[in-house]
Amino acid sequence: MVPLSYYLILSGILFSCGVVGFLIKRNLITIFMCIELMLNGVNLSFVAFAAHWHALSGQVFVFFVMVVAAAETAVGLAIIIAVFRTRETLNVDQVNLLKL
Amino acid sequence: MDVTTFVIVSVIKSVIAIIVLLTAVAYSVWLERKVVGHMQNRWGPTRVGPFGLLQPLADGIKFLLKEDLTPPYVYKPLYIAAPMIAVIFALTSISVIPIGNWIYIGDLHIPLQITDVNIGLLIILGITSMGVYGVALAGWSSNSKYSLLGGLRASAQMVSYEISLGLSLIGVLIMSGSFSLRTIVESQQGHFWGFIPKWNIFHGQEIAFFVYLMSAYAETNRVPFDLPEAETELVAGYHTEYSAMKFAMFFMAEYANMITVACLATLLFLGGWNGPLFGPYWLQAVLPVLWFVAKVFCFIFLYIWVRGTLPRFRYDQLMNFAWKFLFPLAIANLIITGLIVALRS
Amino acid sequence: MLHFLLFSIFGAIAVAGAINLLMQRHPINSALSLIAVMASLAVEYLLLGAEFVAAVQVIVYAGAIMVLFVFVIMLLNAGEEERTDGSRVAALFGIPAMLVGAVLVAWTLLKHSGTGEVALGALPGAPTTIGWLLFHDYLLPFEVTSILVLIAIMGAVVLAARPEATAQRPRKEGA
Repeated sequence: MVPLSYYLILSGILFSCGVVGFLIKRNLITIFMCIELMLNGVNLSFVAFAAHWHALSGQVFVFFVMVVAAAETAVGLAIIIAVFRTRETLNVDQVNLLKL
Repeated sequence: MDVTTFVIVSVIKSVIAIIVLLTAVAYSVWLERKVVGHMQNRWGPTRVGPFGLLQPLADGIKFLLKEDLTPPYVYKPLYIAAPMIAVIFALTSISVIPIGNWIYIGDLHIPLQITDVNIGLLIILGITSMGVYGVALAGWSSNSKYSLLGGLRASAQMVSYEISLGLSLIGVLIMSGSFSLRTIVESQQGHFWGFIPKWNIFHGQEIAFFVYLMSAYAETNRVPFDLPEAETELVAGYHTEYSAMKFAMFFMAEYANMITVACLATLLFLGGWNGPLFGPYWLQAVLPVLWFVAKVFCFIFLYIWVRGTLPRFRYDQLMNFAWKFLFPLAIANLIITGLIVALRS
Repeated sequence: MLHFLLFSIFGAIAVAGAINLLMQRHPINSALSLIAVMASLAVEYLLLGAEFVAAVQVIVYAGAIMVLFVFVIMLLNAGEEERTDGSRVAALFGIPAMLVGAVLVAWTLLKHSGTGEVALGALPGAPTTIGWLLFHDYLLPFEVTSILVLIAIMGAVVLAARPEATAQRPRKEGA
């Protein structure tokens, strides 16, 4: 019997690792992976609450999150490939043509 | 059954399953060399033992004693880990495959399966999806043009055919109503008109069986879809830079995948361990296992037969076949099966 | 007891994977740590009884989305990342801020945990029941997400296509 708060704390740790990675990493692909990490943390929250309130909708919503994550990954990686083709770099600090 | 008995029985079953699977892998290599040899009007291995039956032993000793060369330009952690990943996932899928009915030892009621999970079929699909990593990481970590191209092509091929593989299985799922492999086999008991067995391949899943067959050949990188590892194409594809034991691990992973796919085909389409039971009581207990092994053997023979006969596809023909032919065909099969089952009930 | 042990082991693997993702310089190592995180999360879902969600997590997330990531990392082959001034400043301010936020949330959750306990396999998410929900109560979101996936496929194909392929040139020379 594990308290619900432990699951939520685990989910929070994963989410905050994702946020920290999103802020400190400079490689486009790694930033994207940190977004996936955040989504996974949130999925764990959903399933934990579904188990707690005995509502299967939580698990169904996890599906939708996964589908949206898959769609976003496909389009995002296509954009990253396009950016790499033109700028020859994956460093997000160098993709700054629109900066003043 | 209490916890300790369950753990001991599971450990014994796992050990037996691994030993049997590794021996089956070794002897399917022998079978392939013999059968392809006879198809090409030559003998195959004959020298080591009667009919060359000790050839796998000689091969094993050779692989162990060969110089295990690690080129200096490879990315070492992944180079060493990739064959391990391939073998681990190839051997794990045996854990949900049932080979027979329940047996009774003393007062223990043991299923002939390491574990019967409600979602057995999904677990095998998941393990197949994870097996792509062994190939992709091997190709990339070898740091050579041939390996990278071979690895990319092989993993793109495996990912594309996974889709039609999964979709072809859904027709079977609709008809049996459960993901558990034991339940699917039990729903194929009985006969039509007295003599045609109620296997799924005769019960409306012919197209699904064809799609599954093609997808299985492509998933395990076998002829006619073995472009990523053909010697004339890309030197040796993703395992160019591997030698000795690591190469043997890729080899074992490929044949173990072949056996897993054959087991899955017999469970889902050929009725698993259902077959006529005859003879005394002790024979009737063993006969389901023998029927299962016979059906798996037929499927593997079909694999080897196709290898000896057909030429290989070009890469774009291969991908066209997956996306423009098998995928719509699997979806059409799914729609028709769903409609028929819904209209009947 | 077993539930807590399994939860801690796989939770520890997930957190270790997440921290390893942040500390690795080469994106392929980060991708492999993320796969480890997803696999341990699949086990956590199994502990909560969500068997179908766990299987789909392995098949879709760890077996398809991460394969896509590994492909792109292999194809682009951009190498290790450098530390820039921006990343040093972000690390200096971002990590302590996030630590403070996470500790605050954890303390609040633990202090006011009138939320009760979750048993092993608390809510069995059988595929049948989830399928029923997907096709009865959540039919509209289901159809909308399928259109979303279609749009994503078209977008990915258009965005990642080679520029020479979309322009109608008779011959292409060089790269």
